[in-house]
Amino acid sequence: MVSTEKPRQYKVVGTRPIRPDGVDKVTGRAAYGADTKAEGMLFGAVLRSPHAHAIIKSIDTSKAEALPGVKAVVTARDFGAHAGGGVVDLGETRGQANYMQDNVLANHKVLYHGHAVAGVAATDQHIAEDALALIDVQYEVLPFVIDVREAMLDTAPILLDDLRTTVRAANSTLPTDKPTNIALHMSLEKGDLEKGMAEADVIVEREFETGMFHQGYIEPQNATAFWNRDGEITVWTSTQGAFSVRDAMAALCKVPVSKIKIVPMEIGGGFGGKLGVYLEPIAALLSRKTGHPVKLWMTREAVFQATGPTSATYMRVKMGAKRDGTFTGAYAYLAYEAGAFPGSPMGAGAQCAFAPYNIPNQTVEGFDVVINGPKTAAYRAPGAPASEFAVEAVVNELAEQLEIDPIELRLRNASKEGTPNTVGQPFPRIGAVEVMDAMKSHPHYASELTGEDVGRGVAVGFWFNGGMESSSSAAVNSDGTVSLILGSTDIGGSRASLAMQLAETLGLTMDDVKPQVVDTDSVGWTHVTGGSRTTFAGGWVAYELGMQIREQMRERAAQIWEVDADKVTYGDDGAIHGPDSKTMSFAELSGQLAATGGRIAVSASLTKNTQGPAYAGHIVDLKVDRDTGKVEILRYTAIQDVGTAIHPSYVEGQIQGGVAQGIGMALNEEYIYDDEGRLRNGSFLDYRMPVANDLPMIDTVLIEVPNPGHPYGVRGVGEVPIVPPMAAIQQAIYDAIGTRFYVTPISPRRILEETMPD
Amino acid sequence: MQPVKYKRATSVAEAVSLLQGGGEFARPLAGGTDVIVQARERRRDIDLFVDIKHIPELMAISHDANGVTIGAAVPLHLVYGDAKIVSQWPAVTEAAHVIGGTAIQGRATLGGNLCNSSPAADSIPAMMVLDAVAHIAGPNGKRDVSVREFCTAPGRNVLALGEFVVSISLPKPPAGSGGAWQRFIPRNEMDIAVVNAGVWVQLDGANVTDARFALGAVAPTPIMVPAAAEALIGKPLSDATIAAAGDAAKAAAKPIDDMRGSVKQRKHLAKVLTERTLRHAIERARGQA
Ligand SMILES: Cc1cc2nc3c(=O)[nH]c(=O)nc-3n(C[C@H](O)[C@H](O)[C@H](O)COP(=O)(O)OP(=O)(O)OC[C@H]3O[C@@H](n4cnc5c(N)ncnc54)[C@H](O)[C@@H]3O)c2cc1C
Repeated sequence: MVSTEKPRQYKVVGTRPIRPDGVDKVTGRAAYGADTKAEGMLFGAVLRSPHAHAIIKSIDTSKAEALPGVKAVVTARDFGAHAGGGVVDLGETRGQANYMQDNVLANHKVLYHGHAVAGVAATDQHIAEDALALIDVQYEVLPFVIDVREAMLDTAPILLDDLRTTVRAANSTLPTDKPTNIALHMSLEKGDLEKGMAEADVIVEREFETGMFHQGYIEPQNATAFWNRDGEITVWTSTQGAFSVRDAMAALCKVPVSKIKIVPMEIGGGFGGKLGVYLEPIAALLSRKTGHPVKLWMTREAVFQATGPTSATYMRVKMGAKRDGTFTGAYAYLAYEAGAFPGSPMGAGAQCAFAPYNIPNQTVEGFDVVINGPKTAAYRAPGAPASEFAVEAVVNELAEQLEIDPIELRLRNASKEGTPNTVGQPFPRIGAVEVMDAMKSHPHYASELTGEDVGRGVAVGFWFNGGMESSSSAAVNSDGTVSLILGSTDIGGSRASLAMQLAETLGLTMDDVKPQVVDTDSVGWTHVTGGSRTTFAGGWVAYELGMQIREQMRERAAQIWEVDADKVTYGDDGAIHGPDSKTMSFAELSGQLAATGGRIAVSASLTKNTQGPAYAGHIVDLKVDRDTGKVEILRYTAIQDVGTAIHPSYVEGQIQGGVAQGIGMALNEEYIYDDEGRLRNGSFLDYRMPVANDLPMIDTVLIEVPNPGHPYGVRGVGEVPIVPPMAAIQQAIYDAIGTRFYVTPISPRRILEETMPD
Repeated sequence: MQPVKYKRATSVAEAVSLLQGGGEFARPLAGGTDVIVQARERRRDIDLFVDIKHIPELMAISHDANGVTIGAAVPLHLVYGDAKIVSQWPAVTEAAHVIGGTAIQGRATLGGNLCNSSPAADSIPAMMVLDAVAHIAGPNGKRDVSVREFCTAPGRNVLALGEFVVSISLPKPPAGSGGAWQRFIPRNEMDIAVVNAGVWVQLDGANVTDARFALGAVAPTPIMVPAAAEALIGKPLSDATIAAAGDAAKAAAKPIDDMRGSVKQRKHLAKVLTERTLRHAIERARGQA
């Protein structure tokens, strides 16, 4: 369902052509990371820590090196000098190079179960694995801490001796000069919280905990690296950001970026988890030592142990409202664990928490805390699902206490164009009200719920959407097609969405544009595919390329017709028009370019730091089996302001995927550690993401409030749909059985243990 | 994965001699959906796979007056694809239908599920309440063991070196009886049972003349619950007697706390599933389902 208030009529934008990479992907021809083959290639394996926290007293690799077939073993020592404290920008997150290096290969200390300790290269995979058992590592096991609140205590085991609290708050009383696990304390304040609470007729305050959730991409991390004798490194890897990998490799391997080429392979999902480096530097060190290309890929267990989950959190949210529903004040306390090294997405969580609402008096206090778990990575709207879950759950309770319809309550407080956000900047044109109106009037919301133990819940969500830097080039071919060279790796259909925007600009069809993702030597610097930025920023660049081509085609036609260029126009039909009804199609002119001064090629690099924020509103019906605690999702409607849906099918797919992941977080996904801090459920069997038959068809409603900061009105669409599900489901479970859950996942076990007699 | 040798047996005798010759690191290979995964993850030391799928007896389903004999290597989709098995032993096909998914069922077998001897194996409680018998061949000839007595500990069973299961027999159920099987998993597929339950009842009008109950994932092996049968046999069916059977199941369940379920949750589910499965079995005994 698309409700359209398009200011312009488009020919290509808004249609649903077949994606250019589709056939290769469904026929298995597309080359993913694991498909990489190189002459003389060796196979690697990584030894990982069995402990949650321990000092590495010694590593003896001699027995492993002596195993026939083993060509090299590397440890942190092979990095040579320790990387400095410089910052590597990973788009949605950033990291300090020295911490990144210590995460890639543990230096002196292991900080979590599964932390990489050594890498092996051998003539085959099985030998490499056999060699792992021959590496003798002596550990001194230390006490560990996984719970974020425990990690904040003065008595907690300290993970990083050099870590001191950085404070971003005038009123923080935290000491900044002693060892700690609190990497950052910040406080965002607007108005006068005390005054706001004093004005409230009703106040609700609740505590929440959310667990670690993994992105759960199907393709494990992988890397093949070749460090040649000239000191040049080539890495084939599936990544969300070829350039961010290049920057990280440069920092960790201490090689200039010009000597590193990253070849991005097709990527089997990332969701934020493939922004950083894990195996790439190890493969490179092994390659330098052996002189051969070395290929590494992770087992699923390693993926769970050592890559990406999002932060587990402890949160407290307090909100006050007047009888008429006006929110007067709001406070959020957000403690996010970052895993073993600083850098949780707490900051984004803090800025998103109250973003759907106009609340004059608010304080958001946030903590970034290291624990003995995998370094967290970005995950779809990083930081937002947790903080907005807490806020939305409180809003639903306020609605109940105020006896105001929960969507109506949200509408009365909705952020609009000009509303100052949490850091005081006014929102641009946003679609929060349009989304909430659409929720209220959706037939799902009016439908009757029947049956026993069924319930309905609603929640909204906000996400900024990124802009940042993108580069592309384009060349006009003599047959009237255009080659489009992209620096953005294609996770969610961006070849299609970018080619469509160039085709629209040129008045061509999607088939006339040939998009191609290339390596870092072949295109200008481009930021990661993440932050829902690619179709937005890449689209800007495609538009810019199109305008340059139009201009040059006009000039060329003028030259051929021997008229002034300002007498020639480029029509939206893709034809070039001159005086006296002279006209040439794009293809005709393309065929004459070579003979009239040469072919046309253009390039553009743009940095777009304007945001096109997105809002989503979800309605869910579900049924709880009181005897088993199992929740069945009966109906799900996801409404979203998508700006302009360039390719509506992919927008719908993004929304459905986000909802599916959000349902997983709400109901079953969790990291389970044992008493020794070892991850127990590092498999898709026991890390329970929803499977297809756990989900109903997820209905989507695309609301198009074009982003005025983009030529085609694009807002990012991929992230915000993961934000509302937890709160909507929590509310629906309450509606069904009368119990509110403040800890996720709301698994059958949790429901049963909470509601069972005795 | 370590290097593993592969040998294909074409007769029972050949399989026995290959297994015996291979010693403790030789394993029969049926569908491989347990054992290949275990080998790849290095959870089991194996140096020889003896493929048993090319032995005719292992791949046959034969019906006769006494019941059915299912070759130990018959893939599950052929088990639930057999209309007679579905109509007479639906408890087994209910389990076969949910093991893994379609792809797994194209390979996985009842013999493999039994011999892997997981406490949570889905088909075992169904086979236990149906009086299934495993026909075993080995260096000392053939022997029969009731499926109820087959498992001895997690991953362990009565098979001695060189022995393997040729087939499993299910005796014909008497008229007026019915069996059913259910499990609880948090998702709708691709999970290991938190608890599973098999039930078989024989009715004479409103009275229960015989009953058998089994539970999985609540003890080191799948278990029979005689106390539940006692709570029911000789009594008229009522909500109270059904609840009494459920309570007996709960009392008999001696589960552990692990990442897949807590003691409290599993004991409760033992009761819930026993009662639900019993009601289904009763309907079947009455010819209503
Ligand atoms: C994705 C997935 C999902 C699964 N879901 C379920 C599930 O829902 N429920 C469930 O119960 N199981 C499940 N399993 C486990 C497995 O599929 C079943 O246990 C299956 O029945 C095993 O049969 P198989 O023929 O593949 O056994 P194999 O792997 O071939 O063998 C299993 C073990 O038994 C031995 N063995 C096999 N046949 C014989 C024989 N005739 N005599 C002696 N020893 C023998 C083997 O040596 C091995 O040790 C799942 C597995 C996977 C991979």
